[in-house]
Parts: sequence; C-alpha cells; structure tokens
Amino acid sequence: MAMTSAIQFRTLMLENPLPLDSGRELAGVEIAYETYGELAPDKSNAVLIFHALTGDQFVAGTNPVTQRNGWWERMVGPGKPIDTKRFHVICANVIGSCLGSTGPSSIGPDGAPYAMQFPVITIRDMVRAQMAMLDAMGIERLHALVGGSMGGMQALSCAANFPERTGRVLAIATTARHSAQNIAFHEMGRQAIMADPNWQDGDYYDGDAPAKGLAVARMAAHITYLSEEGLTEKFGRRLQDRPDGSKGAKSFGFDADFQVESYLRYQGLSFTDRFDANSYLYITRAMDYFDLAEEHGGLLADAFRGAKDTRFCLVSFDTDWLYTTADMREIVHALNAVAAPVSFVELSAPYGHDSFLLDVPALDRVVEGFLGR
Amino acid sequence: MSGTGFDLRADLAKIAAKVPGSSRVLDVGCGEGDLMHVLQAEKGCDARGMEIDADAVAKAVSRGLSVIQGDANRDLADYPDGAFDVAILSQTLQTAQRPEWLLNQLLRVGREAFVSFPNFAYWRMRLSLLTGGRMPISRHLPGSWYETANIHHLTITDFRELLAQRGVAVSGNWFFANGREIGSVNANWRAEHAVFQLRR
Repeated sequence: MAMTSAIQFRTLMLENPLPLDSGRELAGVEIAYETYGELAPDKSNAVLIFHALTGDQFVAGTNPVTQRNGWWERMVGPGKPIDTKRFHVICANVIGSCLGSTGPSSIGPDGAPYAMQFPVITIRDMVRAQMAMLDAMGIERLHALVGGSMGGMQALSCAANFPERTGRVLAIATTARHSAQNIAFHEMGRQAIMADPNWQDGDYYDGDAPAKGLAVARMAAHITYLSEEGLTEKFGRRLQDRPDGSKGAKSFGFDADFQVESYLRYQGLSFTDRFDANSYLYITRAMDYFDLAEEHGGLLADAFRGAKDTRFCLVSFDTDWLYTTADMREIVHALNAVAAPVSFVELSAPYGHDSFLLDVPALDRVVEGFLGR
Repeated sequence: MSGTGFDLRADLAKIAAKVPGSSRVLDVGCGEGDLMHVLQAEKGCDARGMEIDADAVAKAVSRGLSVIQGDANRDLADYPDGAFDVAILSQTLQTAQRPEWLLNQLLRVGREAFVSFPNFAYWRMRLSLLTGGRMPISRHLPGSWYETANIHHLTITDFRELLAQRGVAVSGNWFFANGREIGSVNANWRAEHAVFQLRR
C-alpha cells in the first residue's frame, strides 16, 4: 500500500450519504475515476466501464500505480473497439477498493482508517455510488455499460436497478449469482488473509500489512482465472531456472522448482504492492452476496422487467470455469422471458476466465459491433 | 453484403416479402443475420435470431443484430408461448434431430411460421438416385451421406402430409428451382426447394 499513498487520484466527493443494502449509510464518499474521450454536448455518448475485483479506474494509458498499461488498453482508446474518438468512457474505482475511492483503508469519521468498521457493501451499493457520481457529472443516461467478471455483475445490477439510465449492457464472463463454488474459493482467500498474524483483526495500517495472507489469497484466486489448458500450455511441468542462471532442477526441497510455482508466487507478491487486504475481504464479500434474482423476489426475469428497452449482449468463454456458459445462459433465458433484446455468444479462447482481458479478436468485433457505429 | 432484399437467397427474399411489417420475428438458424437485417432495415421488424455457429453469431452481433448462440433442437423451448408474431426456420428442418418437435416449437413461440426446406423429390435428385444408385449430392444438399448435416430428408408431399395429420394450416406456399420462383403445378417434381407459411 505504500506505493498508492503518494499518488494523487482524480476524485469526486458525493454530496449526500450513500444508503447501503445493509441498512447503514456511508457519509463523505469519495469516488476516484478516470475519463477518456470527449463528452458530446448532448451527453449522449457516455460509456461506463465497470472494473473487476482487483481492477481499477485506469482502463487505458499508463496506470500511475503499476507504471504499466491500463487493464483494458487493448480494448479502449482511439480507433479501438471502445473508441474514445466517439465515446466518452468513464471508469470509477468501486467503493470498498483502495485506489482512491472510499474503502476500509480510508480515514473514517474518528480520524483513523475504517478497517473493519467499514460497512459491508454489495454490488448494488457499488452501482449506487457510481450513479451518484454520474448525477454529480450531470450524465443521466449512458449509451452503454460494459463490464467483465465483477464488472459484468455491476452492469447487470445497474440494468436491473437503474434501467432508465441504461441504453445497452455488455456483460462479459460474468454471472447473475455467486455459486457455492465461487463463494468457497473466496472464503479460502479471506481465511488466508485473516490467518496472517499481521492482519490484527484488520487494524494493521500502522504496521506491516498481511502481505503473506493476501498473496496466498491472490494465488488461489489466480488459478480460478486460468484454464487447465492455458496453464499446461504456458508452463506444463517445466522447471524454473535458478536465480544464478543455472538450469532448473528439482531441489528436493520446497523452492519454486516448477515454473508455475514461480509464476504464482510472483502474481501473489506483486499483488500485495498494489492492493489492500481489507479491501479484498470487503469486495469478495460483496461478490458472494450477489444474487440478482434474490434481490427481485427470487425470479431472475423479474430483475429485468423494467429493462425491456435496454439492449443486452452477453459473452462467455468456453474455457471459463469460474463463470460458465451455463451461468450466462440463465441470464439469457431471463432476458428472453421479458422479451428484452439480447445477444449471446460463447467465444472460444484458451485463457479461461481471464480471456476477457486478453487477445481474443472475436471479442473485439463483438464489442465494437454491439456498441454501434 | 448490402442492405437490400435483392441479395438474399430466393427463399429468404420470399419470406422477407411476406413477413408483415413491424412484426416481432424470430429467425431460427439465422446465420450471419442477412434476413434479419433486411427485416429490420426495410420492414421495421423487431428481429431476433438464434444460431449455433459462434463465428456467425459474432458477425451478426457486430452488425447490430440481437442473436443468441443456441441449438434450435434444445433452446427453442426456453422462449415463452407466443413470444413472436413470426418464427422463421429456413433450410434447417432437414438438419433437426426431431423435426416434428421443432415444428411444434416454431408454432408455439410464433403465431405463424415460415419454413423452407430442400425438396428431396426434385427430379434431378430422383434421376440421380435412379441412374447412379447412390445418395444424390446437389447444390442444396451438398456433402456425402456420412458427413452431411441433413439427417431428415423430406419431400414437399411428405411435408404436406405431416401438416395435414397435425392440423397445421398452410396459409401460403412457394416453390423454387435454379434460384427462381416457379409455379405450383407438379411442384414435388419440379421444385428444388419450398417455402411454407403455417398457422396452428
């Protein structure tokens, strides 16, 4: 977390306290956001992109925290499928996160970080915060909402709860409900964080962060983002070269002998530089609570009754076992039941759940075509 | 691909001409959405499509059409009764696992249906089978018997008989050979393929 504290994020302060699904409210909410491309005078060309669990508002360009490309650089920019010469793209850091929006690492009313005093939030709370942000920006209706994974959950939630603001919804590799397996993986990650002695019931902001626990959580989650086929292709059983440059060999110990071990350790460690462990707890909780049907009386179709005039496009990937084609077909059925205009396609890509972030040309064509010319 | 009906295959152009303007249409097996595009652009229809091939779906979506990747043999069951004014099944009946089930589904989700299919009793097919003694291969039914998707061959007479048995009303029928419409006299001999407009 040391890295993010020096960066000045572009933020907007919500005027009113934010009502939450828990019944609590959150006052003094700050939303960190980025925009790309000009807003048309009639404000008709705004596209809101929702980021995934550990994502951020830096969709394109250089991310000031990581100094690397934005997470959807390949999709968003001038002349790209989400063309910033035509669209005013907005992406906000979700509440509960740690990249400038109010979350557990933010300073609470008592002058100390919220830590576990931060209220438990939901996907719908995240969406409400961003609708309040749009109010402040004077943008009433969005040309399109776009999101993958947790971003797709927000897009669906927004269509269900704010259909009048939603022109089109493009939801990629997502679900309308977290399954028992999804919750189980998240719980394993949370327990890894809480088992780290540095976690200190969440009050670690004065000392060392629970980096080891967070790294393990990330490693476990990262496996769910990849496919077996992808892992085999990328690493197989290949051994990792030694730090001194010598050829990899089995150590008959517990070093990272295999390339896949080395890769996962790196993924875990580098994640702890940019992400707050308590944010990870809160956001995974929000995803686990997500059940769009439950919010609307148990029938998913009822969630979309108001969204008949919204155009939907759903995309799944054949190697994604986290949010499967079957999960997405349930959403398609519900949208068909209310006669909403919906497109659905299962694309073939070897990368598992992460396919939505990677080089899948068919996805580019679908995104560009669906957003309209 | 331009947006005019003139580029459509003859059976699709006939269907496009007969579908009432501004109706809600489901095109089952819509491919890249050529017919849907015409129905939307020229007749103001609210057209939806179903297509099994992912690449074709991606192309249709990229044209701004609402198409669901799905298998008509299974996924038609997911639509509510009477969800559409018109359901269209073009050149797909003969590939269905259960053609009668598919026909029932069409007439359930649509108030009326257009069905087009290749006529196995076309004289060239008969001649080919008679003289060659082998399964005919034609423009409309390409591929050898062991690899063809066309697993339920039918003739115009067969189709009429099924409709009569099941009490399905025919409100129109049109016949084609060599890419042109022909008259209905001796259609079971002369037609390469047929289009039927049906009502329950």
